[in-house]
Amino acid sequence: MAQITHVSRRQFIQSTGLGAVLVLGAQIRQNSIFAVARAQSATSVQPNLFVSIDSDGTVTITCSRSEMGQGVRTGIPMILADELEADWSRVKIWQAPGDETKYDPAGKDGQNTDGSRSTRHHFEIMRELGASARNLLERAAAEEWGVDASEVYTKHHRLYHTSSGRSFDFGELVDAAANLSLPTGGNAPAPRLKHPSEWKYIGKDLPVVDNFDMSTGGAVYGADVSLPGMKIAVIARSPVYRGRVRSFDATEALQVSGVEQVIEIPAMADDTPTEFRALGGVAVIGTNTWSVMEGRSKLEIEWDDGPFTAHDSSTFDDALRESARRGGSVIRRRGDVDEALSTADSVVESEYFVPYLVHTPMEPPVALVDATARPVQVWAATQAPNETRQYVAEALGLEKTDVECHITLLGGSFGRKSKPDFACEAAILSEAVGAPVRVQWTREDEVRNGYYHAASAQYIKAGLDASGNVTAWHHSAAWPSLMALWAPDVKAASTLEAGLGLIDLPYNNIPNLQIETGEADAMIRVGWYRSVNNIQHAFATNCFVNELAAAADRDPLEFMLGLIGDADEMDLTEDGVEEIWNYGDSIDDWPIMPKRLSNVLRTVAQKSGYGKQMADGHGLGLACHRSFHSYVATAVHVVVRDNGSLHVPQVDVAIDCGRYVNPEGVRKQIEGAVVFGHTIARHGKITTSRGVVEQSNFHDYPLTRIGDTPLDVRVEIVDDYVHLRSCGVGEPGVPPYAPALANAIFAATGKRHRALPLTDDAISI
Amino acid sequence: MVPLTVNGVSHEFDGDPNMPILWYLRDELGLAGTKFGCGMALCGACTVHIDGRAIRACVTPVSAADSKEVTTIEGLDPDGNHPVQRAWRSHNVPQCGYCQSGQIMQAASLLAENPAPSDEEVIDGMQGNICRCGTYQRIFAAVRTAASEV
Ligand code: FES
Ligand code: FES
Repeated sequence: MAQITHVSRRQFIQSTGLGAVLVLGAQIRQNSIFAVARAQSATSVQPNLFVSIDSDGTVTITCSRSEMGQGVRTGIPMILADELEADWSRVKIWQAPGDETKYDPAGKDGQNTDGSRSTRHHFEIMRELGASARNLLERAAAEEWGVDASEVYTKHHRLYHTSSGRSFDFGELVDAAANLSLPTGGNAPAPRLKHPSEWKYIGKDLPVVDNFDMSTGGAVYGADVSLPGMKIAVIARSPVYRGRVRSFDATEALQVSGVEQVIEIPAMADDTPTEFRALGGVAVIGTNTWSVMEGRSKLEIEWDDGPFTAHDSSTFDDALRESARRGGSVIRRRGDVDEALSTADSVVESEYFVPYLVHTPMEPPVALVDATARPVQVWAATQAPNETRQYVAEALGLEKTDVECHITLLGGSFGRKSKPDFACEAAILSEAVGAPVRVQWTREDEVRNGYYHAASAQYIKAGLDASGNVTAWHHSAAWPSLMALWAPDVKAASTLEAGLGLIDLPYNNIPNLQIETGEADAMIRVGWYRSVNNIQHAFATNCFVNELAAAADRDPLEFMLGLIGDADEMDLTEDGVEEIWNYGDSIDDWPIMPKRLSNVLRTVAQKSGYGKQMADGHGLGLACHRSFHSYVATAVHVVVRDNGSLHVPQVDVAIDCGRYVNPEGVRKQIEGAVVFGHTIARHGKITTSRGVVEQSNFHDYPLTRIGDTPLDVRVEIVDDYVHLRSCGVGEPGVPPYAPALANAIFAATGKRHRALPLTDDAISI
Repeated sequence: MVPLTVNGVSHEFDGDPNMPILWYLRDELGLAGTKFGCGMALCGACTVHIDGRAIRACVTPVSAADSKEVTTIEGLDPDGNHPVQRAWRSHNVPQCGYCQSGQIMQAASLLAENPAPSDEEVIDGMQGNICRCGTYQRIFAAVRTAASEV
């Protein structure tokens, strides 16, 4: 745990050599206390503004994470408010701009809201910051009353003197706290943290702070910010990845009323990695979004298609399948699978395929940049404000410190808006026209020029002995790596992606394991998408284990529990794994715990009534998966009709996410993850032809609607390990859904489905 | 010139009458509560009312509102307390919130026409509105709650 010390603002921060040390200072401004935390390490000092108290008692808590529907503007401030003993109804949230030197108090992710990590990276530090602020107020009250601070306690926005019953509201102590003479040096004792039994908000349901704005049209998203003199732009981009403009004719486009300029954004140099840079294209700029969209439709552009016209799903998918069968790079090995397979009583093998997917947040990417200002001003629906600053600065030939990034609400994101190419486009255009420019992506832009969830193939072969025990599991997977954004020629799978549910295959009780990856070409922008590679890995492993259970003539639940086991920890180093990515965190802090996976699986089986007799055409399927350190098990009840159409009357999900903050937020994320999973399972499929993405909008890239969604999703938050560290919530609900559905369809129909999506055509009996 | 009323305020629109109402509201009137999701009447994010009936503003030209009353999420209730809005909050429906203006306008129109819809009628009525965050279960419950109040 970091130490927290109070210092006055003039006191110099001493390096203690202890690594991360947090120093809380009281900075006085009129009637407010601005408490400034300084995260200090051997190499850097990072000031961080996180809470202020006004003389009317209003507590303003900084949110430095991006809100995209996961409830982070509520959940993280709740933690601080709890330790502060603030009255939540008197708390306001202030959204910090991008500045990792100030607003990344944990020093872990540079304010990049990604990887389901906000709670786990901020739980402790937010408590410490809240406790420090409370401690400051308690000492101020003690001074006012002339009593010892140990006689003062805080409850619900008031400070009390134990023996006399005198009390102050927070607001009444602003001046006293501001004038407080603070202990010197860096060694004052850390304020006491509340015992969990004293928590008033952590672990309790709270509605999100933006509920009212979101139900009245007042919430501000990326396209809702305007500046005087602002122009609006849409951009025609190459239909083929890394293509470039050969020539264009804007005559007709310029005749559209409201269109003012047509400007080419140059494509990247051939040897420049794509990363989050602007793709280039032809921008139509004007005063009204419709005008520029109309203008764009009238552009005549001749494209040089570039190097990826051979990217065609008809051949690419087969190449992935072949690569998966070939494998080649062994990433985990236990025992001798070849030997075990050769002596097995029976061998089962299957191949799985999951296509490209694209994010389709309801709000397409949008950013507003004023490149005429210094610092340059960016307003963006971004998950990654500091990468946004970095790439915008690069696009303008400036330093990152020359760019400020303000974060609006994100109308959904799912990984798309951690890639700030759209802000770079706005910056380039703003500089070119000498006015603020908002770049609006249309849905077609988003679907055709996205960052795609990697298509993937997997091949698994397992051996069973005569009593139906699994003696060997040989698993091989291939997908184009997202690392190609930085290293275009990379063909090998990355440790990061393999760490997403492949290398950590949960069947710990199988004596012989071999997991390997094959190579693949990245011929499109591959990027992370909610749950990332866990989607396909959970799909294949949970479907295949269900096939094995059938082959062994065993009940799938008992079979899975037998393979996962109840060990406290699974140690991958014993299987020769030297490097496990572990979601960017230490394996000591977040170990892989088979017993927790078994526990959620047992829980969901019991909650869903697994094992009961089902009517004809009905089936109950199970799947479980650890991702983002959380353990999730899903039970899907399906009804399959003769024409292949499905109905999902009930879904049960059990999640063990360790210490959770807002259970209502957890339930909402899991409900949403089920719908997201249903879209993956039933609809999601991006294909390419001659390098061109063949889908464009919701008619050919459909999403789950109210008519086909499960409407009875029951979420069980499993408390057995709530004393352990917080784990992710936004993503881990997604991966188990599709395999649970596929297993349910098998239970209902006796038919296996090994490729997503599970369309009616595929299922029809 | 197209005369129309938006949230009770009279306007004379003198631009291209083919401009979809969505962009007139957002870019000309600064009413940003109505959202752009697809531009093809596929998602419902842009849903507003013309004379009380839900329409997709991304494909409905301003000329279709000639001498009519347009209501947006900002004008549904002066205090944001339409029964549908209250139900939305009591069920904690929104995640990212981006689709919710459209969902609420759709639900309000549905209940104005059919104050006691069956479950199937709620699903049919809301089928055109996508929520990528997946709040359908709560939308369904909130429409039922609002129906008991209107
Ligand atoms: S934006 Fe109008 S229906 Fe999607
Ligand atoms: S709440 Fe995000 S799209 Fe519906």
